Order: sequence, then structure tokens, then C-alpha cells
Amino acid sequence: MNLAFRLAAGGAGDAPKLPGSLHVNRCLGQWLRFLPEGLVEVRSGKVELGQGIATALAQIVADELDVAPARVRMIPASTAASPDEAVTSGSLSVQESGTALRYACAEARAIYLEAAAARLGKPLDRLQVIDGEIVAVGGAHTSYWALADERLLDRDATGGVAPKSSHRVVGSSALRLDIPDKAFGRPRFVHDLALPGMLHGRVLRPPSPGAVLLSSDDAKVRALGAVVVRDGNFLGVLAEREEVALKALDRLRDGAAWNEPETLPDASTLADWLRAQPVETKVVAERAAADAAAPARTLRARFSRPYLAHASIGPSCALAQWQDGGLQVWCHSQGIYNLRADLALTFGLAPERIVVAHVEGAGCYGHNGADDVALDAALLARAAGGRPVRVVWSRADELAWAPFGPAMAIALEADVDATGEVLAWRHELWSNGHSSRPGRAATPTLLAAPHLERPFDRVLAINPPPAAGGGADRNAVPLYDFPARRIVNHRLLAMPLRTSALRSLGAFANVFAIESFVDELARARGEDPVAWRLRHLSDPRARAVIEAAARRAGWAGWRPRGAWGHGIGCAKYKNTGAYCAVVAEIEADREVRVRRLVVAVDVGLVINPDGVANQIEGGAIQATSWTLKETVRFDRTRVTSAAWEDYPIVKFSEVPAVEVEIVSRPDAPWVGAGEAAQGPTAAAIANAVYDALGVRVRDLPITPERIAAAD
Amino acid sequence: MAVSLNVNGSDCEVDAAEDTPLLYALRNDLGLKAARFGCGTGQCGACFVLVDGRAVASCDTPLWAAVGKRIVTLEGLGTPEHPHPLQCAVIDEQAAQCGYCLSGILISAAALLAENASPSADDVRAALDRNLCRCGSHNRLVRAVLRASGAGAG
Repeated sequence: MNLAFRLAAGGAGDAPKLPGSLHVNRCLGQWLRFLPEGLVEVRSGKVELGQGIATALAQIVADELDVAPARVRMIPASTAASPDEAVTSGSLSVQESGTALRYACAEARAIYLEAAAARLGKPLDRLQVIDGEIVAVGGAHTSYWALADERLLDRDATGGVAPKSSHRVVGSSALRLDIPDKAFGRPRFVHDLALPGMLHGRVLRPPSPGAVLLSSDDAKVRALGAVVVRDGNFLGVLAEREEVALKALDRLRDGAAWNEPETLPDASTLADWLRAQPVETKVVAERAAADAAAPARTLRARFSRPYLAHASIGPSCALAQWQDGGLQVWCHSQGIYNLRADLALTFGLAPERIVVAHVEGAGCYGHNGADDVALDAALLARAAGGRPVRVVWSRADELAWAPFGPAMAIALEADVDATGEVLAWRHELWSNGHSSRPGRAATPTLLAAPHLERPFDRVLAINPPPAAGGGADRNAVPLYDFPARRIVNHRLLAMPLRTSALRSLGAFANVFAIESFVDELARARGEDPVAWRLRHLSDPRARAVIEAAARRAGWAGWRPRGAWGHGIGCAKYKNTGAYCAVVAEIEADREVRVRRLVVAVDVGLVINPDGVANQIEGGAIQATSWTLKETVRFDRTRVTSAAWEDYPIVKFSEVPAVEVEIVSRPDAPWVGAGEAAQGPTAAAIANAVYDALGVRVRDLPITPERIAAAD
Repeated sequence: MAVSLNVNGSDCEVDAAEDTPLLYALRNDLGLKAARFGCGTGQCGACFVLVDGRAVASCDTPLWAAVGKRIVTLEGLGTPEHPHPLQCAVIDEQAAQCGYCLSGILISAAALLAENASPSADDVRAALDRNLCRCGSHNRLVRAVLRASGAGAG
């Protein structure tokens, strides 16, 4: 949901269709330029989130230009100079930016070959490019670097130069460009950025989502030499030293009085609460059977997942500086242009007066606090007299105030005939919207905006359109060949906890529910779950990942033993992206231990096999954590899971072995890998728990208490 | 008020209050950015440094408690010119996604290898259990530590 989101919402006018993000950033010079010193500078609007995208894009560039990867310089994105590729999300970066760069580089190569032909007086078909050197038969040569001239690429792409069909760097496990810095502890993250004259800022968030500030006492803060910044309910401090800012924050907190109404639902009956709210209802997909047979019976099951936190190890951080009425921000936002739009709305500034530059943050798994902390820094910097301000969130704020992945309730029904075959399938879900991203509305969605003296309305989370993969309804349409189906999405019109995009959006819970339910249907027929799936899938790529995972895991040779169980789950991410099947092997003693995950994945043409494996391993481990351990806790007033002890995630001693098998499809278009494993992993674990214990847990997370309650 | 510290083998002075967390002196006064803020309460390991050879949360260690101790940060373990085997192994195993947790994990691993030159995979997991990783790089990191031990670290 980014470029796809924009295109779905109206796109780039009537201009001829160009590949990927080239369609909305048409000038070749926006994407690359050659430098006389033998380098090619590449600007992508997609940002490094720890997923390795910069390396993958550099590989694509190296191949298309025929240069060594070491000559490619990936320039961090900034609204001052980068193409606008909206948000780095939805596992779309290789599709959108990779495709744009592939075609832009193919065309740039052709333009430089023409220039070389003129320079050398040789026909084009006698030229070849060897690591940037352009060599004619007979030995005459020039190079990209000798010909380097920005005017050559100051033109719109035509999309008319076909990229290469064979690859040299693409398809290899090139080493990640950023890992050496991280291995040696060199400054790389926005948290490490220190600007001359910089002040340290901290924000005092309200104690609860509905809290209203009654009074604050600044005197004890000022005694520390710190400055208090107040704008309505927004409170913060500035200090010369970071530890002083932290002390000042403690004193500010001690001296602040709040009115805290009860605004949160009863966490113990969350799924019921979701189903009882006012909603906006959409039918996502509907197909009636041509000749509907009368069902022998209808099977029903209800599933749910709780609110989930991003829980990045590094809290959100940004720097901001006001100079001459303009604003510069350094942050780890996924969407620098989108953030700029909301900052412009908040401050009543023209967007051109604001520069948002991306600097790497800690791991990003969706719309976290990165945009919010940028506004915090900008608000505090207004009181800094032109000096830059760095703001770092506390652990508590990171866990309690970053947007949450929404809680979801799902009701599934299957009409079956006398033999248990599905005649009709119904999927109904209740959830807040899965996007509160900035830059998409007339009201800013940034956290502090409703807290200001002149507050902006709180904006209800929306769902990305179906063409962009949907939100709550992502992967709600099953891949299976059922004669009839009806999928309904109820978006809540109440939002007591702010929700937005978390890795895979609704797909995690929808795939968990669908794949759990089909496991029940298969077992009700006494049929092997793998065989059932293969029998209901006509898509050969879906079948292939299931067969690959089952084969590698030794599914057919599994022997029941003790408290062990195995299970499978699969999906095609967004129903348009990567195919992924997971076999889980678990041991259920006092608690569930996932021992082994075997993952088969098909992402089409693979740019970097180890990069794909890394994303899939990480996704599977994170999904294991979500499935077994995680839930945002709250009482009727406050979020209470504001420390690691209250929001545990999987630890080294709890992590399963993960094996990844990539099903190679060199002729299929490349798609992203980052989110494909989330839903299938949850389902595979849940199905393995059933296999081990005969207990079906339909409400995540699968804790010992839930297993006991599901008996 | 100046506090004297020994960091990465060098004596230095930090002009900060004695109750300042070591983490901020390292990052803001000494420009050593490897140790990173994660939680402020020693629960995640992102800020770990070696204090007399033990992996310690620098976010939770006041300067006065670090005086007279040998403090080693990831920068002190090795450099690109003279890398520690753990640093080579992390690159060889591509054992990171975002890498924010990496400094603290390598510090825990260095402390382990100093005590146990040939740990088992379970030893490594136990030694790293105080460090959180959110991206799911755990298995690669365990392989990296085992690889480094094979290279004769510690």
C-alpha cells in the first residue's frame, strides 16, 4: 500500500503507463546519475528498514548498467532530491522501486551507449559495456564516467528499452551493504546522529489515551536548567544534556495532573466488543454457486487476535530544526513525502518549506512511531531558537503510544455436504482500519496533533483499497476452489486505541483463521491436511510450495510421539504476492515450544536468495512470537503493557529452528518476501497444537491458559 | 564535575554528574555509538558493554559505578582493520536485519567466548537470552557465535 495505494486512488493522470514507480517519477535523472570518479549515484524513494532493500536495489542497478556492485552508491531518501515513492510498505519495494530502477537503468545505459557511439564514431552494435567501460570492437573505448553529464538523463523515461533477460548480480546472495557498519558499531542509526548545537528533547505523553491535562508544575524542571514546552495537552522538555532531559521529564511527570476518563474496552471480552461497535460494512468478495446443492450442515468457528505492538528494540527517534521559517526533519519514517504532507498540515506550512530526510532506524514492521516522533521533534524544536533537537521515545511510550496492529474478530462458516465437502464459504471480520498513515487526508494523523492547543480531530484508521491488497480484509478471500463464497469486512467506527499497519495487516489473522478452519474441515473428513489442501488448489504455484514444505519437513513420514505435533499453513500474500507454506513441529508440554519451522516460499524471480531467506526466517520467528506470546494489555483507562516484562517477545532460548526453501521461478515477476510468512506460520503452529493435544485454540495468543480454556 | 573512566583501554574524563548513566557518557561525550538505548532498565541488552569482562547494561550503570573498571564497547572489541572474530562471523553469516540489537549481542557473545572457548549452541542461546532481537535474526546470530568460536576467539 503505497504506490499501489496511490494508483488505486486515481494514480498519475493520463500519462502513458510506465513500469513500477517510474510511472509517477518519470524523469530518468531523478533515479540515477554517473559521477566522473567512476560511481553511479542511485536515488530510490524506498527506505532501508533493516530488510536489505538497498542491497537488492543496488544489485538490480549493477546488472542493468553492467557495472560492479561496488560502484553503486545508494543515496538515503530525502524529500529534497528523491523520487516520491510514497511508503516503503506492503512488500512492494522490489515491484515498485526495483522495477522502476530496472527500466530507468536500461534506458540510461542505452542513452550512454548512443553518446559513446557518437564519441567513438562506432556503430552501436559494436559496443559493449564492461564494468562501466564502453568498449568498441577494435579497442577504442570511453566510459559512463568519462561521458558523465546530467543533461543526458534530464528527460522522461519512455519505458521503451527492454531490460536484460539474463542476470549476473541479480540472483546472487550479495552481502548486505549496511551490515559491516553495524558489526563494528559505527554510527548509522538516526539515534546516532548528533548535530552541532543539538538539544535533547523528551515528550511527556499523557498517562492514558483519553487523559486531559489539568495542570503542570514547571518550577522543578526549570531548576535543572531545562525548558518546558507546552502546547495544549502536549508537554515536553529541552535540555543541553540527555540525562538532564530525562530527569526533567521525571519531574514534569511528577508535577502534572491529569483527568483520566475510562475510554478503553474490557480486555477480557475484546472480541465481543469488536462485534458490538458501529461499523462500516463492505462485501469484499461474493460468488454464488451456479447450481447450489442443499448443505447437509453448516460448520462455524470464531477466531480472534489481540492488539499487537511493533515492539522494535530501538524506540522511535527523530531530529528537527527550524531555520528561516522552514523545517528540516531527520527520521526513520517509511514515507518521507507522506510525513512531509502531514507536517505541512500541522504547522500550516507549504510542503516545499519542509525537508524530510530518511536516516535508518531500528527494525520497522509497519506504521510505528517514526512519523509521530518527527512531529514531536518539530514541536519541541520550535522552542529551541533555531538549534536542532533530538527526541527519543521511552520504552514505555514505544510500547504504549506507537500505533497498534488492530485487534480482530473473525467468524467463519462452511456449508458442507454429507461427505464434508465445502459447498459455500463465508468469512466475516470485525476490525479497526489497518492504516493511520500520514499524508492521505486533510487532517494529520500524527500522534500529537489532537493534543495541541488548537487540536486536530482524531482520524479513524482506514483500510487500503482492495487493489492495494486491502487492510483488515487482506487475504480474507481464500485461495481454495470453493463453489460459493462471501467475504464481509466490518470496519469499526470507534477507535479507543490508535491502530495502523503492522506487518501483513489483516493477513496474519485471516490466514490463521482460514488455515485453522480448513484443517478442521479436513480432519472432520478424516483427510490428511496436506492432501486436502492440494485437492482444493488449482494454482500450481500454491501447490508447489505446499509440496516443497511437506517434502522437506518429512510430512508423510511423521510419526506421532509424546507431546509433539505438526501442522501446516499456507497463503499467497495479498492474493497477488509471494506464495508461502509453513510446516511447524511443536512440543506441547507445560507450554507450547515451537521446535522447527520449514518454510517454502515462491517470490518469483529472486534478487538475493539469502536476503529472501533472511526475511522469511525473521518473519517466521516474529510470527511465532505473535502467535505464542504477544498481546497488548490494558485496563479501562491505561495501556498496561508498557515494559518488556509486560510485553514479552520470544527469546533466544525459545526460537525454533527455521529452514527456508526457495521455490525458484526465474520467469515469474519478482515480488516481496517480507510479510509472506506471517499468517502461514501462525496457522501451522495452531494446527500443530491441535495435532499434539487435540485442542483447537482459536483466540491468539496460544498461551497455556488459552489451551486450558479451549478444552 | 569530571569523572575518570577507562574505556577501550584508554583513560578519559567525562564532564558529567556521577549519577549519569554510563550509556549517555559513552554516546554523547565519548562519541562511541555502538551501545544503544533500548529500554533504560536493562531488560533488552541493546546497551550492553563489557565491565571488567562482564556484559553489563550501560543504561542502568551510573558513572560512579564504572569508575576504576575496565569498560569495553563494541568499538573496542575490533575494527575493520583488526576485526574481532565475532565481527567477521556476523558478516559471514549475514547475521542481522536491522542490527540495532547487534552491538549488545556481540558484547554478550564476547563475554561468553572469554569464559568458554567452545560453547554449544545451547550455551550460546543461554548466554544471549538477556538480549532481545525483534527482527528474528536469532538463529543466524547463534551460528555466527559458533563460527567465531571455531575461529579461536576468547
